Amino acid sequence: MGAKHFGARVTRLEDPALLAGRGRFVDDVKLPGALHACFVRSPHAHAKLVSIDSKVALIMPGVHAVITAADLPDSMRTRRLPLLLPNPALATTKTQHPLARDEVCYVGQAVAVVIADTRYIAEDAAAAMIVQYDVLPAISDCRTAAEDNAPHVHGDLSSNVAASFRMAYGDTDAAFADAAHVFTEGLWQHRGGGMAMETRAVLASHDPASDLLTVWSGTQTPHLGRQALADLLDRDLQSIRMIAPDVGGGFGPKAIFYPEEAVIPAAALKVARPVKWIEDRREHFLCATQERDQYWEMSIAVDDDAQILGVRGRMLHDTGAYVPWGIVMPYIASTTVPGPYVVPAYQLDTTVMLTNKVPTTPVRGAGRPQAVFAMERLLDRVARELNIDRTEVRRRNLIQPEQMPYEVGLLFRDGKPLVYDSGDYPRVQEKALELADYDGFRERRRAALDEGRFIGIGIANYVEGTGLGPFEGVTVRVLASGKIVVATGATNQGQGTRTTLSQIIAEQTGCRLDDIVMTIGDTGAIAQGVGAFASRQAVNAGSSALVAGQAVRKQLVALAARTLDVPESEIDLDDGQATSRRGNKPSIGFGDLARLAQGIPGVSLPAGQAAGLEHTAYYTPSQAAYCSGTHVVEVQVDAMTGGVKILRYTVAHDAGRVINPLIVDGQVQGGVAHGIGNALLEWMQYDANAQPLTTSFADYMLPMATDVPTCAIAHVEIVNPLNPLGVKGAGEGGTIPAPAAIISAIEDALTPFGVHFAETPLTPERIVAAMRAAGAYERLFAA
Amino acid sequence: MGRQAARMNVNGKSYARVIDARLTLADFLRHEINLTGTHVGCEHGVCGACTVLVDGRTARSCLMFAVQANGCEVTTVEGLTPEGKLSVLQQAFIDNHGLQCGFCTPGMLITLTELLRDTPDPSEQEVREALTGNLCRCTGYAGIVAAALDAARRLRDADKQETT
Repeated sequence: MGAKHFGARVTRLEDPALLAGRGRFVDDVKLPGALHACFVRSPHAHAKLVSIDSKVALIMPGVHAVITAADLPDSMRTRRLPLLLPNPALATTKTQHPLARDEVCYVGQAVAVVIADTRYIAEDAAAAMIVQYDVLPAISDCRTAAEDNAPHVHGDLSSNVAASFRMAYGDTDAAFADAAHVFTEGLWQHRGGGMAMETRAVLASHDPASDLLTVWSGTQTPHLGRQALADLLDRDLQSIRMIAPDVGGGFGPKAIFYPEEAVIPAAALKVARPVKWIEDRREHFLCATQERDQYWEMSIAVDDDAQILGVRGRMLHDTGAYVPWGIVMPYIASTTVPGPYVVPAYQLDTTVMLTNKVPTTPVRGAGRPQAVFAMERLLDRVARELNIDRTEVRRRNLIQPEQMPYEVGLLFRDGKPLVYDSGDYPRVQEKALELADYDGFRERRRAALDEGRFIGIGIANYVEGTGLGPFEGVTVRVLASGKIVVATGATNQGQGTRTTLSQIIAEQTGCRLDDIVMTIGDTGAIAQGVGAFASRQAVNAGSSALVAGQAVRKQLVALAARTLDVPESEIDLDDGQATSRRGNKPSIGFGDLARLAQGIPGVSLPAGQAAGLEHTAYYTPSQAAYCSGTHVVEVQVDAMTGGVKILRYTVAHDAGRVINPLIVDGQVQGGVAHGIGNALLEWMQYDANAQPLTTSFADYMLPMATDVPTCAIAHVEIVNPLNPLGVKGAGEGGTIPAPAAIISAIEDALTPFGVHFAETPLTPERIVAAMRAAGAYERLFAA
Repeated sequence: MGRQAARMNVNGKSYARVIDARLTLADFLRHEINLTGTHVGCEHGVCGACTVLVDGRTARSCLMFAVQANGCEVTTVEGLTPEGKLSVLQQAFIDNHGLQCGFCTPGMLITLTELLRDTPDPSEQEVREALTGNLCRCTGYAGIVAAALDAARRLRDADKQETT
């Protein structure tokens, strides 16, 4: 068997159906008699909800119902959506009601839902709803939210502070007092939305005969969603089945439980018909959670050799109107700053402000790109001020492999001390520089300048805590047909979960990849589950697949040995068959073994034989798995227009053992594209009244095929000692250091003009403004 | 609401329906005749997931009313190959990891089918420019571009073999 599956470049099992147009996304699920929903949403960022008049809407032909908060089931009317991640630092635990009751706190907040024969009619009727509001002052900017006389984001909260906390170790005061050099940077960082190509989607159907409520949702976390819905409806878990079928991208925002996931099932119960809601892109801009603004004021203390003595500062985070995921992004950001470097003393004071905008929750990277940007900008500043090469400053400060496991001195978001399990940061950086031909850049720059082109190179390092618990499960069961049925609570929004888990299970059991029938993202298939976030599925579900596969292998071998009457050590499993190495090599198929393991009605099983060939494993990681990497990017900047073209992009990373290089390369490349969007393009803008200004792909720009080069990627595989597969997460590392590396490269390209940047996204107009302020154009035209 | 008769040929099959005049071609394909391979990602003509061929040319089915396709030949992702088989381009997408979630993929395939028909030997830059009308959030485009170039090569090779 060897590396037949694990570690091989196996093409994806998901692909054929998706390529033929036979995928099954929520909107592809057709139920007889299904009705369609359109939400009535607040046009104001902050207002008192005075009255809702549904009379006109209700008499329109084809309209079946209008549901407001008052029409929701008793159990749902007064309750709020779950707070998925409590934290003692939270000053408020406010999440929203499924439908607004008396106050709306962001534009797009759901106020009512219209149920009609078609979406077209539902939209007409939603436009005919008369909702009266008393408009209240709104907070748009998290900096003004902190001012003394600022209006309040919520009428019943006397402060706009959602949380404030300090993350620290070591003696920063002493470090800064004795330092030869102290440098300070003020940074603005914005991230934007997940912008999966499939918008959110919910379909709910109640079967009165079985009292089963089935909900299809384009979610990353169906098991968590089922629990939330059960709580809101006072239903038993087993009377709800939540299914995440094919999901068209996740990237974080689909990991939370949304108002629509509560209201659409409630509507289906109320009208006794299936009800479908498909979010449109404008709604996605208004109502799907995002990441947004952070303001950092950071200082670094170094000695004359650029050795880091301490890092300290403050960070202000815009969390939006509610805290459905608590303070997870600013928390992660504040623990990610030290990264791969030896930082003897560290202190960050974070303030999380409420604003009248859609809540923020993790987007690919989850606060880490901002932390990496802060640290890497400081190191670039040190390099510039002390006139040392940027890569050398980093090299001098990297944690050495012999220091592993390395205890940073903080508590990570998994509740465990932040201890890097393994890694070789100097080697990863060297690998990236070599692949990027860093040494040849000086010559490339000289040649470019001769042609009047400004090119620059940037570098950034990161460490990411991935593979977070609490657990994920995998069931492996052999059927009498010879098929291997697999169920998992892990979910798939494009990561190739089906393929990688199949590789592991085929490797362990000796079954054929084609014989695996996997159910993913269905609460009906496995009792417990968590879902996709924090680059956790290879670690959690992958390890469970390994454990379950090993257990079933043992069962297959034991039963085959008994049946073929040879010792277990003489049995080989391959190609769906158990074969004896003895005599004329008799064999028996997995299907026949499964039939034997079912026994005969009324007849006792032989001693030692369990019922059926199956095992369910729930792997629980002891702590996060820390992956790392280095990005090197080369850009060309048009000095006149501020246009940035990425010429080369190089990634070296350590995600532990690679299960499938095809898929990991795809994750890295896709992650880089997301990072390019964050660095240069994506900006969710609001006006002073917190009205969203960028609500289409014409205003909010995503990277196109001409914006993203094909990356050179090197895997440095350092086995994670803490899980049986030796893996670390790989889903977000492509995104995390990209903005830091790209902004560094742009600044480097414009070295002749002495301009500096401390922001993302860095748009052409901001580059031109900086050039103008630096007097660059006078110099260019004089030349 | 105005209703109109529409007749069109989709993937070689004739369909006649009386439909709302405002029904988009995308919704007609997805919900009237159940060809759900065509996806709707933005409803304002930018993302390109809904791209289909109308009389052989790419069109945004979210920006067209179904009645505007009256009398037209429409090709969707389901019509790229006979049932149960994959085209050279589709196979190249598998081999080059040209898709992750698969939501944008039907639009990508349609756009590239047109490109490879009209430009059998495209440069990488031509492929990338052709794809600027199709957004992908998952892949970072590398696999899609590689798949297009790989498919072009395979199609040219097959062509050469046929002519020799």
